[in-house]
Amino acid sequence: MAQETTLHHTVRSYDDELKALDQTITRMGDLAEAQLQSAIQALVRRDGEIGHQVVQADARIDDLEHQVSALAVRLLALRQPVAQDLREVVAALKISSDLERIGDYAANIGKRVIALAQTAPFKLPAGIPRMGWLAQKIIKDVLGAYNDRDAEKALAAWQSDEEVDETYSGLFRELLTHMMEDPRNIGACTHMLFIAKNIERIGDHATNIAETVYYMVVGEPLDAVRPKGDSTSSMTLPPPERV
Amino acid sequence: MTTAMSEKAQRQPVEMPAQAMPASSEQVALMEKVAIRHLSFFYDQNRALKDISLPLYDKQVTAFIGPSGCGKSTLLRVLNRIYDLYPKQRATGEVLLDGHNILSPKQDLNLLRARIGMVFQKPTPFPMSIYDNVAFGVRLYEKLSQSEMDARVEAALRRAALWTEVKDKLKQSGLSLSGGQQQRLCIARGVAVKPAVLLLDEPCSALDPISTSKVEELIDELKSDYCIVIVTHNMQQAARAADFTAFMYLGELIEYGVTEQIFTNPANEKTQQYITGRFG
Repeated sequence: MAQETTLHHTVRSYDDELKALDQTITRMGDLAEAQLQSAIQALVRRDGEIGHQVVQADARIDDLEHQVSALAVRLLALRQPVAQDLREVVAALKISSDLERIGDYAANIGKRVIALAQTAPFKLPAGIPRMGWLAQKIIKDVLGAYNDRDAEKALAAWQSDEEVDETYSGLFRELLTHMMEDPRNIGACTHMLFIAKNIERIGDHATNIAETVYYMVVGEPLDAVRPKGDSTSSMTLPPPERV
Repeated sequence: MTTAMSEKAQRQPVEMPAQAMPASSEQVALMEKVAIRHLSFFYDQNRALKDISLPLYDKQVTAFIGPSGCGKSTLLRVLNRIYDLYPKQRATGEVLLDGHNILSPKQDLNLLRARIGMVFQKPTPFPMSIYDNVAFGVRLYEKLSQSEMDARVEAALRRAALWTEVKDKLKQSGLSLSGGQQQRLCIARGVAVKPAVLLLDEPCSALDPISTSKVEELIDELKSDYCIVIVTHNMQQAARAADFTAFMYLGELIEYGVTEQIFTNPANEKTQQYITGRFG
C-alpha cells in the first residue's frame, strides 16, 4: 500500500518540541543582536547608563542558553533523532553557544563604555560603529538563514565577515598611531582597541553560526577556506620619529 | 448493576517527591489513579514480583521496562487480575484503584476488567465485524438503543484514530484490516466501555515503524482521558511515549521516575547499565 509523506512527524509532540527549540534560538538571536546594537549606541553616545543596561541584560541570554541545552538533551534522550532532526538538535546546541559568546562580548563592550564615560571626551574612530553595524548585519542575516533553513543565505553571510576583519585591521593601525602620537590617548584607545576586538570576535561567532546553518541544511560541512581579513597578528608599525 | 467500588470514590491529590515531578514547564496536578503497595506475586512457589510499590497517575503514561523475565508483564497482568484465570498464581499486598483494593476476594472481576482495559502484543480482533468488535464489550455492561450504540461505536473508533479508515466498511470483518489497524481496533474496543485505566502489553512489537508511530501518537492523545500503562521491551519507545518509567530487574523495582530523568541521569547504576546497553 502506498504511504503518504508529510512534512510533519506522525507524533505531533515531537514537532512541538523541535519548534520550541527553534523558537528559543530565534529569541536568543534577537536578544544578542539587540545587545550589540545597544552596546554600540552606548559607545557612540558615551552613555554609561546604557552600557550598564547591556551588562545587566546579558543574564537573559545565558538563561536561554541553559534552556536550549535542556531542550536539546531532552530531545536527544527521548526522541533518538536521526538525519535532519539530529542535525537540527546539534545545530541548536552549537548556535546557542555562539550566541551566548556574542552576548558576552556585547556585555564586555558595555563595561568598557562605562569606563570610557568616566574619562575625558575622545574622538571615536568612525570604523568602530561601522564594524558594529557590519557585525549586526551578519547576525541578522544568519538568523534569517536559520529561520528560513536557507543554505545560500548562510553562505552569503559567511563570506561577509571578511569586511569586518579588514575594518578591524585598519582600526588597529589607527588606534596604535593615536597612542604613539600622544600618551594621554592610551587609556581610551586601549579600551577602544578591546571594543574593536570584541566586535571582530562577534563577527567570527556569527560566521560560525553561518557554517552551522549550512551544515544543518545541506548535511555536509562548508568546504571552502574561511575568508580571513584580520592581519593584525603580524602587523608592525615603525616607531614615531623623535622631533 | 452492582458495583464493587463506588464510581464516586474520593481521589486525593498526591504530594509528589521532587525527583518525580514532570520536567515539562507546564506544571500538571498529578492524581494517583492506581497505588501499588508492597505487591508480591507467585507462580506456584516461585516469587516473580518482590515487594513492588509505585503509583500510576491519571492522565499520564507509565512504562515498565526491563530485560526479559524481569516481571514487567507479570506486574501488568496483576492490574486486571488476569492471572485469576490460571491456577497456582497468587498475589499479596495491595493494588488500590481509586482507593479500593482490587486484590480483595470481594472484587467483581468482570467489572474490574471493564474498568481496566487491556491490549495485547498480537492484535486480537474478534472474528466478527468491525462494528461488533467495538460493540461487543459495551453490550455486556450496558443496554443501549441502536442509535446510542452507533454513536458509541463511532466515538470509540474516532478516539482510536480509525474512524475515517473504516467508516464505510463497518460490516466487514475485523480480521480484514492491516496489523496496525487491527491494533487500533483493539484500542477502540478497549475505550468503548469507558475504562479508567488502559493496559498495553507490548502494543507495537508486531507492528511496522509507521503503524508504531500512529499508535504512539494515539497514546499521546488518549492520555488526556485515561491512566495508561505500557509494557515495552523497546526502551526507546518508553523514552518517546511515557511520562514516567519504571525499570524492573529480576522481579524487583529498581528505579521509578520521570522518563526524562531516567533517560538523562538515572539514579541507579543498574538502570544506567540497562539503558546504555551494558547489560548481559
